Amino acid sequence: MRLTMRGIRKAFGPTQALAGVDLEAPAGSCLALIGENGAGKSTLMKVLSGAHAADAGTMTLDGEPYAPSGPVDSRRRGVAIVYQELTVVAHLSVAENIVLGAEPARGLFVRTAERDRIARKAMDLLGVSDIPLDVLAGDLSVAQQQLVEISRGLAWGSPKVLVLDEPTASLTASDAARLFQAVDRLKASGTTVLFISHHMEECRRVADRFLVLRDGASIGGGAMADAVEADLIRMMVGREVADLFPRIPHTLGEPLLTVRGLAGAEAPENATFTLRAGEILGVFGLVGSGRTETLRALFGLDRAQAGEVLLHGTPLTDRSPRRCLQAGIGLVSEDRKEEGLALNLPIADNLTLTSLAPLTRWGMVDRGRQEEVAAGWMKRLTVKAHGPAQAIGQLSGGNQQKVAIARLLHHDARILLLDEPTRGIDIGAKAHIYRLIGELAAEGRALVVVSSYMPELLGICDTIAPMCRGRLLAPRPVTDWTPHSLLAASIGSSPA
Amino acid sequence: MNHERPWWLRTLIAAGPFFALILLWMAFAAAVWIKADPEDPLTNPWAFVAWKNQCLILAQSAIVAIGACGIVMVMISGGIDLSLGSVIALAGVVGAITLQHLGPEAAIGAALLTGAVAGAFNGALVAMTGITPFIVTLGTLGIARGLAKGIADNQTINTDPTWLDPLMRPFPGPSDPAWLHGLPIAPGVLIAAVVAVLVGLLLRSSVFGRHLYAIGSNPAAARLCGLRVKTATVAVYALCGLLIGLSGLLEMAKLHQGDPTTAVGRELDIIAAAVIGGASLAGGVGTALGAVIGALLMGVLRNGSQLLEWPTWVQEIIIGAVIVIAVGIDRLRARR
Repeated sequence: MRLTMRGIRKAFGPTQALAGVDLEAPAGSCLALIGENGAGKSTLMKVLSGAHAADAGTMTLDGEPYAPSGPVDSRRRGVAIVYQELTVVAHLSVAENIVLGAEPARGLFVRTAERDRIARKAMDLLGVSDIPLDVLAGDLSVAQQQLVEISRGLAWGSPKVLVLDEPTASLTASDAARLFQAVDRLKASGTTVLFISHHMEECRRVADRFLVLRDGASIGGGAMADAVEADLIRMMVGREVADLFPRIPHTLGEPLLTVRGLAGAEAPENATFTLRAGEILGVFGLVGSGRTETLRALFGLDRAQAGEVLLHGTPLTDRSPRRCLQAGIGLVSEDRKEEGLALNLPIADNLTLTSLAPLTRWGMVDRGRQEEVAAGWMKRLTVKAHGPAQAIGQLSGGNQQKVAIARLLHHDARILLLDEPTRGIDIGAKAHIYRLIGELAAEGRALVVVSSYMPELLGICDTIAPMCRGRLLAPRPVTDWTPHSLLAASIGSSPA
Repeated sequence: MNHERPWWLRTLIAAGPFFALILLWMAFAAAVWIKADPEDPLTNPWAFVAWKNQCLILAQSAIVAIGACGIVMVMISGGIDLSLGSVIALAGVVGAITLQHLGPEAAIGAALLTGAVAGAFNGALVAMTGITPFIVTLGTLGIARGLAKGIADNQTINTDPTWLDPLMRPFPGPSDPAWLHGLPIAPGVLIAAVVAVLVGLLLRSSVFGRHLYAIGSNPAAARLCGLRVKTATVAVYALCGLLIGLSGLLEMAKLHQGDPTTAVGRELDIIAAAVIGGASLAGGVGTALGAVIGALLMGVLRNGSQLLEWPTWVQEIIIGAVIVIAVGIDRLRARR
């Protein structure tokens, strides 16, 4: 057996990212790792590369015990990893990128002819011939950069194990086809390929076997050819939708917001939907499917290329965050720390940031009133904190998120766009957020909830629209969806 | 994409600082020529273009050019060093004291070592504590200046005449040794030229140099590819410090004394030279040649302004404007 992993466990603080993974892959085969976002695939690969040390478990490579001390060690042992996020160095040439970290050298200096030979060989192995070696990587297209990155994994000839983590995310169909041919060639030369992808058709194209991960554990595997898609999806989704989701009764009213043909630079392609008062619309899609981009184009954070947005039937033109907020549309970013909150400012300042004017006297902010107002919202949303003067960075993720939503309520936004509102917060706080979303709908507000966690959307939404590779599909009532059909739609496969 | 621009525009943009230097030189040559009054024997229309004046410009630019070759390496790796001026003074003071006690050869070693140790200290603080280089070196700016004053007991340390004295002299005098008369330009200028070639070679062709670009351009990728980021950080600050020690030695030779209050604010000239030459505070870009051209550009500006008898405040405004314009052009260059 080329590679075995047994009982791999890894915790980050209280979160158990890997809870016992068993994996084996023979030489010259391709194993597809399948699982939802957060199932532990990327963490498992970081354990394999030595970037993280496992808390428990053993690994062997060609029968020898394998415990890499870091990325360099694993590379030297013949384990090459191509990461999901781009790690191309923009200011170095293509050849320099491919040999980065192990340049052929004579004394202090790089042997340029040898470097170019290695780089050319790696790209030949991949079947790439149209990228010159001497251009700066930053001048290439994203797809070409991805190919350079994959070539880096092949700089020392065929590795024993090659990990491709979502390698096709930014590739065109023809580049992806070339990549699959390269995988075939590598398999034939004895390399074991671990292939991570959300796209079933790709897994079917390249993989011999599959392994499903769920909640950090290996759930089951088998031959890819025998796998029935419905079974795979059932294994990935697994859990039943629990009563974690309190249903607050609410009725759908008049159409509030109409979006027609909205298109952004990359995504969305052509988003069309209508949002009614008191409606909770869920947008489900995998990472990279263009959900965040849709909200950003709608909110005017990114310039829309086409399409129109109508509020109460009146077009909302020249959208900017400022104009949208004035019109009563608010957004909570998926990235609380970077985009959502000013972490070292007090809760009161964060909460009243967008609408300070009512809290001023003679042009000065009345701090007493500001804190009073903030305290009111904190009580209503059960924010746990010492008081409104506490810096928001000291709160837990769930409480931070409540303040981010409270800001929109203080602003009296009628339409709330929530991007991954429960990401990274604990289960109790999640339930609070779900209840709050229901209550806001009952007040007649309209909400768009973007999430890659399917159970919460099925639990709280009135309508759900799946998103697949930049396309937002038409919303349908939540009762029309099953976990199977929703996942199938979001990975572009026909419903089973 | 850069490829869509015509070749001549790409060349023009890439060689921008060099063309700016030539243009500026020609503008001053013309201005001095026009200003000269043919009736007045005291004015000389050839004052700017004269070979002697070129020697002067080169000698005046050499110290900043050596420093710029050092800081450009740090900036490529994504760092910055604000303590340069203070370290120049510290190295000069340590060099002067050593010169008085142990002679000129020991003084060279002491000044270079002082610079390298100060640089390594900065680099170690940046690598180990994770404090941003701006803040670390803002701190060591004060520390090094204070040390220089303390060691010198708040006085200048005059040095006895040695063979170090004429290093920065643009023109040899009658009392200078024969070897100096044999050189076309000041020895300090030749030293600066050698430094620039070595740093250029290091940046362009050595593994270490290429790693500096990788670290400054994409630190996460550098770590994932197994580069020793911390070691390289300490090394690059130490190397820059070594060159700053050399600048301090030349400053001491020029002044014939170790002066703890010299070179206040010089770091800004040095960083400006690197920036004019195309280095970016964001890391990943810069060349030794560019840094030298930046230093020469500032030297030409200073020299020309003096010949035109512009007051220093005008010079300051012009140099400030040149920095902003240079970075503005750089933004255009980066735009795709």
